[in-house]
Amino acid sequence: MAQDRNDRPTVATYADHEVIVPPNRLKKAVAVAKPAGFDPVARAEEALGNLAGDFAQWMDGECSKLDEARQRVKTEGFAEETRDVLFRCAHDIKGEAATFGFPLVAPPADSLCRLIEHTPDMAQIPLELVDQHVDAIRAIVRENSRTDIEQVAWNLTRRLREVTDEFLRHENRDRPEILKIVMAPSLVPGGRSD
Amino acid sequence: MVHIDFNKLRFLVVDDNLHMRRILRTLLHGFGARDVIEAEDGAGGLEAFSTGNPDIVFLDWEMPIFGGLELIQMIRQPGVNSNPYVPIIMLTGHTERTRVTAARDAGITEFLAKPISAKGLYHRVFSVVAQPRPFIKTASYFGPDRRRTTNASYTGPERRRGGAADTIGQVGLIEKAKTVA
Repeated sequence: MAQDRNDRPTVATYADHEVIVPPNRLKKAVAVAKPAGFDPVARAEEALGNLAGDFAQWMDGECSKLDEARQRVKTEGFAEETRDVLFRCAHDIKGEAATFGFPLVAPPADSLCRLIEHTPDMAQIPLELVDQHVDAIRAIVRENSRTDIEQVAWNLTRRLREVTDEFLRHENRDRPEILKIVMAPSLVPGGRSD
Repeated sequence: MVHIDFNKLRFLVVDDNLHMRRILRTLLHGFGARDVIEAEDGAGGLEAFSTGNPDIVFLDWEMPIFGGLELIQMIRQPGVNSNPYVPIIMLTGHTERTRVTAARDAGITEFLAKPISAKGLYHRVFSVVAQPRPFIKTASYFGPDRRRTTNASYTGPERRRGGAADTIGQVGLIEKAKTVA
């Protein structure tokens, strides 16, 4: 079957680059009129709300995976695989915690990610500091319904972050370009500031 | 007012986390999508991309074996894949400026920092469907045009020789990444 001209990209060639306009496969989904009374965002939020009953259990499962990854590091030591598994567990929690209704867990998970990611020699990562992060994450999840949990979580996170930053500054003292990246603020604030 | 008919699109979700795949599928179904395929790592994602021919790809960064950036490099290969121009929306917990820049330079179309929201997700899909950008091919880059705005105060050299593509007026990727919603 002959290819329709509309299925081919148009290409403008310049001295050192090409500008390509690909065939627009998605225009089939552009509609001018929205169905009456249909709010896609509200409906998606409602659908997500129907899952919310499972979120606490999911969060517990993620904490168990993090704990197992921590135990593997303690048993087998930091190797590429054990480090990557621990990092992915912490990174998952950082990304999911707010969706699951545990926003206070994201900052300590982020701090653990930074510790793992930005320590140039993984053998130098203090296991005690890893323990403190994992225990803090588990404690915040466990005590999430406490009335003072926000203050408790913030105090824990702030101290963990301070100790981690101090350690990373020392470990990266000879890598100013990396240190600049490490200490740059996140584009999406992970915790409250005061 | 333009509206996106999600029912006419096929989505591929590549994320090693089962819960995140479930959340994305739920949100997409809420928007009206019916055709959502999933893969749990980069290798499975490449297979699903090749056989499923999706219209839009959602991609996690951190995955075992090979991750999101490696998968982007495999997809953005003109002449190798059936659709190297497929819109790729990266969903990730990485929120550092250097990461956003690295994802942009790998050829992603949109970036959405976790935690994701229905509103943020809808806006990213709306952007890739209703405001498609041309692709740029150079010796070192193949992907959507990274110039979304014209900076009147820019005083550096014009890096594209022989003429520049029209700039499609859109909010820059880093500015978008700052928006949690």
